[in-house]
Amino acid sequence: MIEWGLEILATRYAYALMFVLMGVGMYMMIANQNLVKKLIGVNLFQTAIFLFFVAVAYVEGGKSPVVPADPDPGTLSMASPLPHVIVLTAIVVGIALTAVGLALIVRIHAEYGTLREDTLREVRADE
Amino acid sequence: MSNAELLLPLLVAVPILMAAVPIALGLWFDRTGWSVTALTTVGLFAATSYVAATVYETGREVHVLGGWEEPQGIGIELVADPFSALIVLLVTVTAAGLLAYTRTGGPRGNTFYAGYLLLVGGLIGLSLTGDVFNMFVFLEIVGLGTYAMISSGDGPESAVAALKYLILGTVGASLYLIGVGFLFMATGALNIEVLGTEAIPAIVEEGGSDLTLLRAAFAFIFVGFALKVAQWPLHTWQPDAYQHAPDGVTPLIAALVSTVSAYALGRVMFTAFGVEFLATTPYLQEIVVTVGAVSVVAGSTLAVVQQDVKRMFAYSSVSQFGLVIAAYGALTETALVGAIIHLIGHGVMKAGLFVAAGVIAISYGARTVDEYAGLAENRPLAAGSTAILLIALIGIPPSAGFIGKWYIAVGAIQAELWSIAAVIFLSTMLTLAYAARLLEKMYFTPATPVESPHPPGVATDGGEPNEGQESSSEHRTDGGVLANESRFERGSPDAVSLGMFILLVGIAISAVVLGFAGGLFFEWLEPFTSEVFN
Repeated sequence: MIEWGLEILATRYAYALMFVLMGVGMYMMIANQNLVKKLIGVNLFQTAIFLFFVAVAYVEGGKSPVVPADPDPGTLSMASPLPHVIVLTAIVVGIALTAVGLALIVRIHAEYGTLREDTLREVRADE
Repeated sequence: MSNAELLLPLLVAVPILMAAVPIALGLWFDRTGWSVTALTTVGLFAATSYVAATVYETGREVHVLGGWEEPQGIGIELVADPFSALIVLLVTVTAAGLLAYTRTGGPRGNTFYAGYLLLVGGLIGLSLTGDVFNMFVFLEIVGLGTYAMISSGDGPESAVAALKYLILGTVGASLYLIGVGFLFMATGALNIEVLGTEAIPAIVEEGGSDLTLLRAAFAFIFVGFALKVAQWPLHTWQPDAYQHAPDGVTPLIAALVSTVSAYALGRVMFTAFGVEFLATTPYLQEIVVTVGAVSVVAGSTLAVVQQDVKRMFAYSSVSQFGLVIAAYGALTETALVGAIIHLIGHGVMKAGLFVAAGVIAISYGARTVDEYAGLAENRPLAAGSTAILLIALIGIPPSAGFIGKWYIAVGAIQAELWSIAAVIFLSTMLTLAYAARLLEKMYFTPATPVESPHPPGVATDGGEPNEGQESSSEHRTDGGVLANESRFERGSPDAVSLGMFILLVGIAISAVVLGFAGGLFFEWLEPFTSEVFN
């Protein structure tokens, strides 16, 4: 059982890492009181997904659609370009989201004078 | 290549490109945003009508972007079939119609209208796309547009509400993206048509580890959409967002954003995964139905205890979308048609109710249930339209709310899912509870002395008063402050433009007229449903 688990970990460590990273991002998003750090947590969460996409892109014995065919394709380990394109697009989307989020945080800071969620809750409860 | 096919990419590209125009023109002119947006949305509506007419004849129009016709499934497709054409029609009609409110009701400014067009473009793209990853991109474009729209309010709460939605919405879309990743791992395809006709049926037949991946993919996609559609307990962003968004924005996002997300879930469930996968996966149907049913009960119960009218309508949305999700889970043709009708009907009714809430806030200064006292006497037209829309929401025939619930109930009984039928009955009772509370205040409670003497004709300087109206809205719960504040506090009937009234009455009438269109919807959606349940 332990050997089996170790083997899975040795061959599929990328997936395990991805879920660890995702958990860290999620925890930061929920537990951290600072709004900017919450947003960093969101970014970490998304980055984990991007890494997951890159990790699944390997095709054993695949052929590269871009580079001319290798005479012996069976020995090559190629990366499928589609997940990479997806990740590039998703990164752009993620940047836009971060920008909008930071803009909102700047406005919240200007209006309430705090970046901490607990203080923000107190300020709003007083109104 | 037909004309309608060429219109499909334009429907997505034109609003997104036009979004730059108000900002560019803003360098020279102050108020071009409204005109540009009106022109664009009306044009989009005309184009959509043409596409819908073509779809009625041909059944399906596909445009492959970038000329990747062969092999099928490589290029991103835009697909107009009866289901998506109906949703795009709803989007364009609502977007064009609600401009009648924002013309004088605000928010103003060229950047606001740039965001408005971006949101409309994203919604149309989300409805038309035939590719699961492209769907993620449009989901995020819609999200970005919505965050910007919500935060366009003057008060600081709107920024907090928008940030909350941004964080939760991004998690929802990211979970969807993980689902797409698993789907891609299992099938190697992203095109919805290819997934639905070849890849997924093959895996369902074969079984094995790919089927496990597929089930994981569905779980992630469903949870992601449940967050976007605001199903209990993932609904927490929605009440804040709807309440704190400016009055001119709430109708748009309440009518369209969650509706189109629910459409996208239906599209992925029925066209990509297919009924066979949904029916053969253990506990899937039970879980989907339970999520929907719990949302119905929780949403209505929370709505009953709200004081703020906009917040009450927001919780009501949670419960109405619960019905749609539960109907998806029933997996019968009748229930699916009922879900689609309820999506459209709910969009129309909620747009109307939020427009009514905005009109009443401007003209009567009322934002909480108690402040609605005596409304029927002082503002009969606004109160009458609200009453009609509330009655339609409860589901009293003939109304849009009735036919949706009716078909869902019939479908549930066909599938022998008695729990859904019971939940529909319960939801009607609970809807009655919060709707009756408002109706009773409007019609049978005399206005309180604080609200009562309305100095007639105070605001005489055209459309300007409502700018003060927007910014001072947060003080309104305290009646004592009202008397000392500016003269716009209590609101004046003059602040409501003719356009707003025509819009409100028009929506109220269409909510009733849609109640007669059940058979029409059935006939219109027949090509789609027969393909799903072949």
